[in-house]
Amino acid sequence: MTDLTSLTLAEARKGLADKTFTSLELTDAHLTAIEAARVLNAFVMETPDQARAMAREADSRIAKGDAGPLAGIPLGIKDLFATRGVRTTACSKILGNFVPTYESTVTSQLWRDGAVMLGKLNNDEFAMGSSNETSCFGPVGNPWRRDGSNTTLVPGGSSGGSASAVAALLCMGATATDTGGSIRQPAAFTATVGIKPTYGRCSRWGIVAFASSLDQAGPIARSVRDAAMLLRSMAGHDPKDTTSVDIPVPDYEAAIGKSVKGMKIGIPREYRLDGMPAEIEKLWQAGADWLKSAGAELVEVSLPHTKYALPAYYIVAPAEASSNLARYDGVRYGLREPAKNIIELYENTRAEGFGAEVKRRVMIGTYVLSAGYYDAYYLRAQKVRTLIKKDFEDCFAKGVDAILTPATPSAAFGIGEKGGADPVEMYLNDIFTVTVNMAGLPGIAVPAGKDAQGLPLGLQLIGRPFDEETLFSLGEVIEQAAGRFTPARWW
Amino acid sequence: MSTATHKLLKGATGDWEMVIGMEIHAQVTSNSKLFSGASTAFGGEPNTHVSLVDAAMPGMLPVINEECVRQAVRTGLGLNARINLRSVFDRKNYFYPDSPQGYQISQYKSPVVGEGEVLVELDGGRSVTVGIERLHLEQDAGKLLHDRSPTMSNVDLNRCGVALMEIVSKPDIRDAEQAKAYVAKLRSILRYLGTCDGDMEKGSLRADVNVSVRKPGGPLGTRCEIKNMNSINFIGQAIEYEARRQIEILEDGGQIDQETRLYDPNKGETRSMRSKEEAHDYRYFPDPDLLPLEFGQEFVDALKAELPELPDQKKTRFVADFGLSAYDSSVLVAERESAVFYETVLDKLANRARDGKMAANWVINELFGRLNKEGRDITGSPINAEQLAAIVDLIGEGTISGKIAKDLFEIVWQEGGDPRALVESRGMKQVTDLSAIEKVVDDIIAANPDKAAQVKDKPQSLGWFVGQVMKASGGKANPQSVNDLLKSKLGL
Repeated sequence: MTDLTSLTLAEARKGLADKTFTSLELTDAHLTAIEAARVLNAFVMETPDQARAMAREADSRIAKGDAGPLAGIPLGIKDLFATRGVRTTACSKILGNFVPTYESTVTSQLWRDGAVMLGKLNNDEFAMGSSNETSCFGPVGNPWRRDGSNTTLVPGGSSGGSASAVAALLCMGATATDTGGSIRQPAAFTATVGIKPTYGRCSRWGIVAFASSLDQAGPIARSVRDAAMLLRSMAGHDPKDTTSVDIPVPDYEAAIGKSVKGMKIGIPREYRLDGMPAEIEKLWQAGADWLKSAGAELVEVSLPHTKYALPAYYIVAPAEASSNLARYDGVRYGLREPAKNIIELYENTRAEGFGAEVKRRVMIGTYVLSAGYYDAYYLRAQKVRTLIKKDFEDCFAKGVDAILTPATPSAAFGIGEKGGADPVEMYLNDIFTVTVNMAGLPGIAVPAGKDAQGLPLGLQLIGRPFDEETLFSLGEVIEQAAGRFTPARWW
Repeated sequence: MSTATHKLLKGATGDWEMVIGMEIHAQVTSNSKLFSGASTAFGGEPNTHVSLVDAAMPGMLPVINEECVRQAVRTGLGLNARINLRSVFDRKNYFYPDSPQGYQISQYKSPVVGEGEVLVELDGGRSVTVGIERLHLEQDAGKLLHDRSPTMSNVDLNRCGVALMEIVSKPDIRDAEQAKAYVAKLRSILRYLGTCDGDMEKGSLRADVNVSVRKPGGPLGTRCEIKNMNSINFIGQAIEYEARRQIEILEDGGQIDQETRLYDPNKGETRSMRSKEEAHDYRYFPDPDLLPLEFGQEFVDALKAELPELPDQKKTRFVADFGLSAYDSSVLVAERESAVFYETVLDKLANRARDGKMAANWVINELFGRLNKEGRDITGSPINAEQLAAIVDLIGEGTISGKIAKDLFEIVWQEGGDPRALVESRGMKQVTDLSAIEKVVDDIIAANPDKAAQVKDKPQSLGWFVGQVMKASGGKANPQSVNDLLKSKLGL
């Protein structure tokens, strides 16, 4: 029954409803796959007992005809989501063996709808990274390799564990979070579908915060339809998060297969970077052609402040992070290093508990908020953010329904290949995705092809606020045209 | 803006003027904390009123408590201040174990309440208007406990996240007397509004006092901030000490270092806590977990409509309706409980228009006087408003004299009971029956023929006869009747 892992979520839902197989069988198949794939290091915590208990519960509800929309579907959970009674660390040493007494709103909605938890997924420490190399549990392997190469590549980040696990068929879908591209870039690196919904669409309650004004949860899935199914359960207003928005959650799945005829698709000229690989350029063109064939109209648009997005992002996000991470002080939970006094306690604990990238961002953030620098950095970055938002608003005001861009400037790279000497080299991975977070818009990454070395590449569609449905409709057009991609198993 | 004359301090080089501004931290009266549902009850076992949000567990988010916003707006209205329909919560970043988030959520650039003013009464009918710069909402911190372990400190987070209003005055205060009166008046307004219990002993009201000195009318001097004062008397002492300390330094040719100081009430001195160089860089920025706080004018208007009568309004009304002096009025309204007591007495009086003023005198002179003597406050009074009203009624209707009333007051104070019934049972009723008094009058005139003869030339000696008659009647004779009777008998 191992082929149960190769089903899409939609297919599995049908099989469960038809009683072709049980959730316990489906769950066991995935638990077996997880065990066989430990070399990928996608899971940092496996919860097989809990998974089987939840599967049995789902089976009994299915038998009673009382099944939720995700009944019996085994999922992986990014370690940024607090899970009651299950260690939650954000993949940072500073949280140690922290076991929450509470469940994040997003995951509790998944369990409400019947989903099964397989375990916790690896990510960059506190979601700070684009390669999953900053995790205290070590890097994650991408199930994809270059043709004829044995080099292990990164799955992207920060939701590297989520992307890797979904691509390697270890779970039917995964939760992820996206602050600057952390859902879309790993999805593109692994030929999975990832959507970062509009800021405020999903509750942030119970998700370890990185940068509060940018963080947003979303799914990584095996198909556009699967992503739509998962997002419907994850989204919704939460009175415990006052930045979440109180508007109804539509049936996203209903948008799949809807005609895109007459839709106006913007191609932003500022995303055509100097020195961009020809194959990215080619992929982008292919995406435009597919949408055109489906009846959409393509227009060139301008997002003039795009070039300021990455620098502004690397002020705003670290500023918020420096404050959000102040609570990890060794006083109440997590790691506590021996010390003679309180200052030493802070210093020793944080020196030992945080990794290099986290420290770098805490220091950048502290610096840009400091007296005398605040106006020059933080305030100016916020102004840039307003301009970036306005760029998009102007564009949408002209009748553009969505914007098509590459998801990443390159395919996956090898572990240790980037960012060693110059962190900016790593930061450039998010060049196409950060603008979307800065503007609070929804963005989806859909697999669209492969590069010359056989590695997957993705395209990104950016939508109007709270118009995820259009992204699912358009994303499915690309998915249909490009086909789905599964890595050859080497692990 | 100062209208009253204020105290100047004499130095070797002449007079010095104090310039004082205050930041009052007033704990908001509310059932739950500013951003969490945890209880604000005082005195719980350590760490029993702590939510996941208060303990800053990973992934927790603040949600504004609307009642705290209403309380801040009510307070703003009570301070005649501008209410800002849009304000912003900021993070004030610093590390300390009593602050689990590593930042305090406060309001920095855009407070919920803007400029206002408070009228402060001083002795001798003088007053001063103190400007309010702003009022903002912020979280209180937890409390460190250093006495539970020889090697460690513990932290109690019960207070952590409780809502505080920081009320910042303009530097309009000019001496210790004004400063004390300002705190007392602010406390009174808060208590009338029910937005803060004003209990300084429990720390519900604390003041940071900024003090500088200058030559009268000269440019402002460098200020020092005295932190965390929780007694009105200590505030006065600390200001006097600090001003003299600064004058001494300046007159010796030195300079004042801007710094934060603490007052030691045992030694009666302030001492340096940290200098400007050691001051924290709080790295304020808007809290991205919270949207700006926005409400409409109708929200403000609805709160305004329900605002209770405040001390200034009450004082004006007492003067107008009962002919009280401004001074007596301000004594009655200074504490909410006193005003409530007086108004309850008024409610119980048989003839409020006739006896309202007398009731005020009795409340102020007899009751407050006696309470003060015994070091009690109005809430601990053994005589309640109904009893006091009955005593005043008995005087007003002529059943007892003022002198007997004092005896009656003493009995009620000591033993309790219904004053009217006591007057009956103890035979304290005033004798107005002329025939009964007449006998006494005749006897006294007969016994003192020479004095009776003199009284025509010395009418003022009539008082002696009145006294004798009153004495002989055990104080129960109606003095007016005695007076009238004596006059006619003595041919005056």
